[in-house]
Amino acid sequence: MKAVFSLLTPLASLLLALPAQADRLPLPADTPPAYRAECGSCHLAYPPALLGANDWRQLMGKLDSHFGSDAAVNPEIGQKLTAFLVANAGNPNRTGAAGNPPRISQTTHFLKEHRKIPARFWSDPRVRSAANCEACHTNAANGRFSEHDIAIAELRR
Amino acid sequence: MNFRLALALLVLPLPALAETPQQIRAAYASEAAATQPGFSAAAQRGERLFRQQFTVTAKMPSCTSCHTANPLQAGEHVVTGKAIRPLAVAANGERFTDPAKVEKWFGRNCKEVVGRACTPAEKADFVAYMSEVR
Repeated sequence: MKAVFSLLTPLASLLLALPAQADRLPLPADTPPAYRAECGSCHLAYPPALLGANDWRQLMGKLDSHFGSDAAVNPEIGQKLTAFLVANAGNPNRTGAAGNPPRISQTTHFLKEHRKIPARFWSDPRVRSAANCEACHTNAANGRFSEHDIAIAELRR
Repeated sequence: MNFRLALALLVLPLPALAETPQQIRAAYASEAAATQPGFSAAAQRGERLFRQQFTVTAKMPSCTSCHTANPLQAGEHVVTGKAIRPLAVAANGERFTDPAKVEKWFGRNCKEVVGRACTPAEKADFVAYMSEVR
């Protein structure tokens, strides 16, 4: 009996853990403080896994024209942040193409996850932009993107 | 001597970690005085700068586009919607205590909103306003 339990417990916890993995994207423990300070001042400090390594390289190479803003950082910090993003980047087969310039909100993965959101919500004053994860994902800053944990009641599941 | 040494040890590490808004204002004011003898920072001019419509870009015509007309209130990034803590020292004690951070954001935001670098005089005035507004 005990042997069955000891076999079942890891199996059960594995099965329970699986569905949660996709919407749990906490920042890695070794995230440089500059990531939150530099990138996270204007938008969520996005989980690096949401873009592929090449997309991060392209984005970080053109910070002086970053979606209409000059977001340039000093070269030393830029190198450190690029290395961090590349090391923790997502699998490009999973994120899918991100467009040019790369946008998390244009990746195949993002579009698939948000395909059921009616267009009016993207221009809702509470949301304003697809960059504004926290408008709906209340706990996005802690890496929680569960569809049950949504600020806008009509969109909660 | 011992007392002085102890005092120095106590006092020295502090300025490297944090400064007060008064110190940051004074540093900009003395920089401004180098080209404008007798310069003294004025909160009133700082407020004018804060409210001025530069309209360099359509989405961010003025400081108030993101920081709202009331610096004691939290703001919101006009493009991304990200929450911005209040600029006024009275509402957010962390403001204007890190010279490198202050310089970085003047650098970025002046370029984007004012369309050029801000002068030391403008920075001194701005810090004066944000330190004094209640």
